[in-house]
Order: sequence, then structure tokens, then C-alpha cells
Amino acid sequence: MRQVRSTDWLFHLYLVLFLAYMLVPLIVMGGAAFNDSRFPSVYPWVGWTDRWFVELWADTRMWNAFANTIYVALAVVAISVPIGTAAAIVINSIAGTTRSVLYALMVAPILTPGAVIGISTLLFWNGVGNAAGSGFFLFKAGLHMSVLGQVSFIAAFVMLLVLARLQSFDRGLEEAALDLGASHAQVMRRILLPHLYPAIGAGAAISFFQSIENFNVTLFTRGTYDTLTVYVFSKVRTGITPTINALALIMITATLLGAVGYEIIRRRRERRLAGR
Amino acid sequence: MKDLVNRYGLLLTTVFAVLTGFWVLVLVVLPNIYLFEHSFRPYLPVAELRGPKDVYSLDNYLTFFRSPIHISVFVWTVVYSALVTVICFLIAYPLAYYLSKVSARALLPTIFLLLFIPLWVSEVLRSFAWFIILALKGPLNASLLGLGIIEDPVRWISGFRGVIIGLVYTYVLFMLFPLYNAIQSLDTNQIEAAEDLGAPWWRTHWRVILPHAKPGIASGSVMVFMLSAGSILVPTLLASTNSRWFTEIIQQWMFESQDWNTGSAYAFLLLILCTVFVSVVMRVFRVKLSDIAK
Repeated sequence: MRQVRSTDWLFHLYLVLFLAYMLVPLIVMGGAAFNDSRFPSVYPWVGWTDRWFVELWADTRMWNAFANTIYVALAVVAISVPIGTAAAIVINSIAGTTRSVLYALMVAPILTPGAVIGISTLLFWNGVGNAAGSGFFLFKAGLHMSVLGQVSFIAAFVMLLVLARLQSFDRGLEEAALDLGASHAQVMRRILLPHLYPAIGAGAAISFFQSIENFNVTLFTRGTYDTLTVYVFSKVRTGITPTINALALIMITATLLGAVGYEIIRRRRERRLAGR
Repeated sequence: MKDLVNRYGLLLTTVFAVLTGFWVLVLVVLPNIYLFEHSFRPYLPVAELRGPKDVYSLDNYLTFFRSPIHISVFVWTVVYSALVTVICFLIAYPLAYYLSKVSARALLPTIFLLLFIPLWVSEVLRSFAWFIILALKGPLNASLLGLGIIEDPVRWISGFRGVIIGLVYTYVLFMLFPLYNAIQSLDTNQIEAAEDLGAPWWRTHWRVILPHAKPGIASGSVMVFMLSAGSILVPTLLASTNSRWFTEIIQQWMFESQDWNTGSAYAFLLLILCTVFVSVVMRVFRVKLSDIAK
């Protein structure tokens, strides 16, 4: 353990300042939701009100965007989890140049700006539609295309998580099971998947949140549909009202509850492990 | 591959291969090749596709190189994204060092929990928060005036100031976490050895901690630079009239001019920029791609 230094208080101060820097803007934004002023602000404080929440509740466009966001996020989870898991298993079983090339292609979307992913996805499927000579809705911009665009980089997060987990996998277990007469499907279901579940679970959670948060890819592929981020964005640009702050406060609270819930589960698990 | 068949059988292996192939080919490689190919073609109505006018040319790229405005916007985007990356590093490095080597272990989960909240709050809301704070009659000016630090309200959202403030706030955590991971893996004994041998604090950092943190610096820099250069939300919400961002011009081609092929040429330039940045960082810091993307 490092001994205590006289300069340590400077670091403590820096940490407190940094946490304030990260959190105060969110508090200001949330606080403005209760201010009875037509423009979102905490200053000057006009008076307490809950009317922005009432207005938000009555906003059908918001509800529509909310539903779309959830649909897209669920679809992204449903597609990127199997793809990312399969890709990690494949990458783990090959070596050499093929592996490095394939790996580079898989992580490249993480390092690609969202606008580029959005535009290439839009153009590609539109081109496929033109070549097939059909105006079939699947080739037009829309939420399904946002799903495909988001999956192309979100699957990489799942792949990286599962790949890391595969490093600690004892392949001897699979061989033992096969020798004892297990079928291939049983090896997969009873031995490999249970080992990967923590990574798959974390991957699903990250996919869900990444999808909800996504703006850049969605903007170019969404067609005429709204998601929550796009809705907030268009509201801020045209006729901004504190209803957005009310929405922001609800979303931050949801995040906070999720984070605290996760922390409680984590601590309980830790205590259980320590108690063993 | 043969190993996979032995373990999981032909059927499951085929499923794995098809899923992987669908992702890498259909979702990643083909769209990018298509983007590249279309950036060399004129934008024509469907009826004229494959007609006499549909020939390859450099016109879309020449549009960029013939426009001094677009070039200057591109250059400023690069310069300010680099500046944001440097600022993020300067802010995050002391904190990453503190969290991994100085602070009490028991506090860490709580600190990280607090840091995860802004990370999980969507980017649009985080830039919106600064939109409120930086407003001319907003809380920042009000408190500074109240404290007597400034005499007249400051127009924060002017030039690139608002954009930089917003980008640093939004992406500093993408620098902090890789740095923390890298410094944390350094054996504390090495720091103590350097100090026992009489190294001043700055030399300990320069010769021991910073070299060890290289993969973290590389990873954080790539993420912050790429996200900043590709950001659409922050520049739109926090820019003034005289600060335009390259993504805004791409948007113009896509939505206002409806010229998708010129748009793809511009998007491709952005992609090249990020690829060049990643390669430079990998070379300067001598790290592999698997160190950056973790």
C-alpha cells in the first residue's frame, strides 16, 4: 500500500471537482423540468410546476418515439447477441492471418463514425432494392434499417465480451463430454453456453443501452420514423420547451435506478462469494 | 474450422459461419465497398441508372477539393477534434492515476457508479444540458456574475468554444476508462522503486507510468478523436453561426441536396481521416489493433 502523502488532498479535491463537473450539468437539466418558465432554464427561477410532466405525458409523438426506441433496441439485442457470440466462437477457433484480418473487420465498425455506418447502410440496401427492381419496403429507409446499421457495430461489443470470456474456458470439458457420448448440441447447450452466460448477459445489456442511446446511425437510416434521441434532437432545434427536461429527468432517473440496482446485485454476489 | 466441426458438429458450425459471414460481409464489408464505389458515380434518378451518364468520375471528390469552405471546415474539424482529444487526456490522466494508484479501494465502486451515470445518459441530453448552462442568460453566467468574477455576461456559444466545451464533457469518460485500465495494470512497486531511487514525481510519470499507459492513451485518443470528428449532436446544438463541423456538410448533402453520392464521397473522406488517425496512433504508440479495441 502506498503511504499517505501531503499532496493527496489535491487529488481528493480534483476528484470531487470532476464528479461535480460530470453530475452538476445533469442536475441543472433535471432541475429545469420543474421551473415554470417557457424556456428551459434554472435561472431565473419562476416557480415550481409539474405542468411539463403533464404536457410530456400527453405528447403522442413522444410515446410513439418511445415505443420505436424500445422495438429497435429489442431487435438489436435479438440479432447482435447471436451474431456476436457466433463470431467470437469462430474467431477463437482460427489463427494466423485469417484471424487478424477477420478480427480487424469485426472491430472496425467500433472505430467508424456513426454517420459513415448510417450512410453506407442506407446506400447499400437502397442499391440492393434498385438492383432487384422492387420498391419493397425492406429496401427503403426505416427502423429495420436502423436495426441493421446499429447491429453492424454493436455486435462487435458482444463479440469482444464473449471472446474475453472464452479465454478462461477449459476446452477439455467439451472433449470429456464428447468422449462420454454427449451430442454436439448438448456440448453447446450444457457446457459452452453456461460458461458464456455472464458475457452474453453483459453483451445484451450493453447492446440494449447502446441502441437506445444511438443517434448518428439512426439519423441517416430512420426514414420518417422517430426514436427518442431523434425526437429530443428535433425538439431542441425547433420550438424547445421544458418538456424535454421532464423527459431528461425521467431518463436520468431510470439510468440511476438501473445503475444502483446493478450495484446492489453486484455487492450481494460479492458478499456471497466472500462468505463461501 | 475443422476443430469447430469436431466439437459442435456440421450443423452448428454452419450456423456460426453463416451468422459471422452475414455480419462481416453483408453488414460491414459490402456496405463500405458500396459507399466507396458510389462516391465515384454521379447522382442520377433511378431511370438513368446504368445509362450513358452513369460513368465513374472524380467529380464528387473534386466538389470537395474545389470548395475552400468545405476544405476549411474539414481542417478545423480535424484541428478541434485533436484539441478536444488533448484536453480530454490532460483532464483524465491525473484522475486515472489517482483512481488506480492513490484512492482508497473501498470507495472505487461508488465513484465508478457515479461516473457511469453520465456515461449512460444519452449524448443528446448531455449536450442539451450544456445548451442550457451556456445560454447567455443561463446559470453559468448568472453564477459568475453573482460571484463577481465577470462583469458582463459572456457569450459562451461563440466560435468553436461551445462545441469544444460540449465535446470534452461528452467524451472525457472515453479517455478516462482506458487510461484507468492501463495504469491499473502497472505494478505499484515499480513506482515506489523509481521514487526510492530518487526520481522526482514528474520523471516517475514520464519514464514509468506514461510508457506503461500507452495502450490506454492510444485507445482513449482513438475513441475521443473519432467520436468528436463524427459527432453530429454537439456541433449542431452548441455551434454558433461561424463554427461548422464536417458532419453538418455531410448532412446537407444527404438531406437538403438529396445528393447521396456526393454525400458518400464526403462520408468516405471522414472514414479515411479516422483510418489515418488510427494508423498514426498505432504507429506512434506501437500498439496493436487488439490493444485499442477492447
